[in-house]
Amino acid sequence: MANALEIVGLRKVFGGLPAINGVTLAVAEGERRLLLGPNGAGKTTLFNLITGELEPDAGSIRVFGREVAGGRPERCAHLGVGRTYQIITLFPRNTLAQNVVLALLGVSPRRWDPVTALRAHAGFWERARDVLGRVGLAGRADRPVLELPYGDQRRLEIAMALAQAPRLLLLDEPFAGLSREERRDMQAVLAAIPREVTVLMIEHDMDVALSFAERITVLHYGQVIVEGTRGEIVANPRVREIYLGG
Amino acid sequence: MRLSALAAGAALLAVPLIPAPYYVNVASQVLIAAVFALSLNLLVGHAGLTSLGHAAYLGLAAYAVTWLTTRGGLGHLPAALLALALSTLAAAFFGVLALRGTGLGFLMITLALGQILWGVAYRWVSLTGGDNGLTGLTRPRPLGLDLASPGAFYYFTLAVAALVFGVVALYVRSPLGAAVEGSRDQPRRMRALGHNVWLVRWITFVLAGAGGGVAGLLFAYYNQFVAPGVLALTSSAEVLLMVIAGGAGTLLGPVVGAATVVVLKTVVSAYVTRWVMLLGAVFVLIVVFMPEGVVPGVARAWRTRSRSSA
Repeated sequence: MANALEIVGLRKVFGGLPAINGVTLAVAEGERRLLLGPNGAGKTTLFNLITGELEPDAGSIRVFGREVAGGRPERCAHLGVGRTYQIITLFPRNTLAQNVVLALLGVSPRRWDPVTALRAHAGFWERARDVLGRVGLAGRADRPVLELPYGDQRRLEIAMALAQAPRLLLLDEPFAGLSREERRDMQAVLAAIPREVTVLMIEHDMDVALSFAERITVLHYGQVIVEGTRGEIVANPRVREIYLGG
Repeated sequence: MRLSALAAGAALLAVPLIPAPYYVNVASQVLIAAVFALSLNLLVGHAGLTSLGHAAYLGLAAYAVTWLTTRGGLGHLPAALLALALSTLAAAFFGVLALRGTGLGFLMITLALGQILWGVAYRWVSLTGGDNGLTGLTRPRPLGLDLASPGAFYYFTLAVAALVFGVVALYVRSPLGAAVEGSRDQPRRMRALGHNVWLVRWITFVLAGAGGGVAGLLFAYYNQFVAPGVLALTSSAEVLLMVIAGGAGTLLGPVVGAATVVVLKTVVSAYVTRWVMLLGAVFVLIVVFMPEGVVPGVARAWRTRSRSSA
């Protein structure tokens, strides 16, 4: 099967300190891959390199065969890459529907339209409601984001990514800070992501993460320590040493 | 809402019925300032880019149209179009320089560019007349209408201001306008969503510059005279105050802000010698009681009142 993501020899140095130190990684189309690693392992840096928010010092990143390393971040969405942020990055003054519409606009040529009223484009608002329904937020579409509980904000993050119908989805700690109940909701949302979408997820919560991903890559000090199935990872002595605390 | 809009429209049309031409002229000045502030509000309020150099576009257009008609020998229409094109082009170029930064960096670059133009107007005497400025501009005769009288000029200004207001309203409510505000609130997320934040801001910068140029044309026709003062930092600061006092990021805010400043500056200054102090006091009051500006502040007070009475 073709690879959705292919990273070769990737390096990124911050002030002499390598955050990503020669990472080579391939994720097949439709795969669900978990990225594990302690704080400072370079997981979010890796996401920022894939989406073009950072420029690598060396190496190549191919998304569906297209080189994206050092490209402009706004190109990413058009190549079918969606992402969520570990630190929630929403438009707090806007309603949920407006947030999703901004996501829909991002991949529509309509975003350059300076004349017609956005309100009048019923298609966008209907699709926004559909997507909000998929993450269980349909009833709150017209509420402003700042009135929304934290767990719902996380699900809105996912809705905005899903709205763009990405082929590769990068999830940065979607379970961070969620209550037990909210975790269950989030698990259902992630389980409902269409099978053909490739998902690369950073997550610390081993229980939910391990039930979601087929393969796991462990990152430590910017390097891939080991890659394999759940069983292989859990049994690996180096992983136990650095990640599970021996 | 519709009723109050109709009432406001009727009041605006009735202004020339005031028997004193002085007040009709004050109303024209308010409209010119409103066009100026409306265009700056695109940057300050909607794009979140605080410019301290917006006088550059007003000044450029005012100087250009005066020079082109009095020295360049051009007719009114080509001179006006060329002047507008010049200030828009200047905005296109200045935008590339200023949008290397946001926040303070953006503010400082716009300030510096504005000061450069002011310096040129002041020092390049052979072109600009230096301190004396350029005189001799006559008012145009669009469709054969004579704009010499205060009333006629007021209606001309009102028509242009209404057009600018309409363009701004369309722009901020359009999909591109939503992207402008999204880029103000979460530029990083907007990029990840596929929006070209830099280009969205640049387009807004150019449009604001063009609006400033329209204000410059009206300003030159109104005064029939242009001097370096229009390009001075105080001119840029004053229009910024109009936007902030009225309510940045709202449609009516810049209009209310423009009316406040112009009325204080012209009418009240006739009665109060220390009118600048009064202007300062008014701004302090606005900042204390309605930090978001008069228009959003009054709307908020209205909502609380109707809620408590319900």
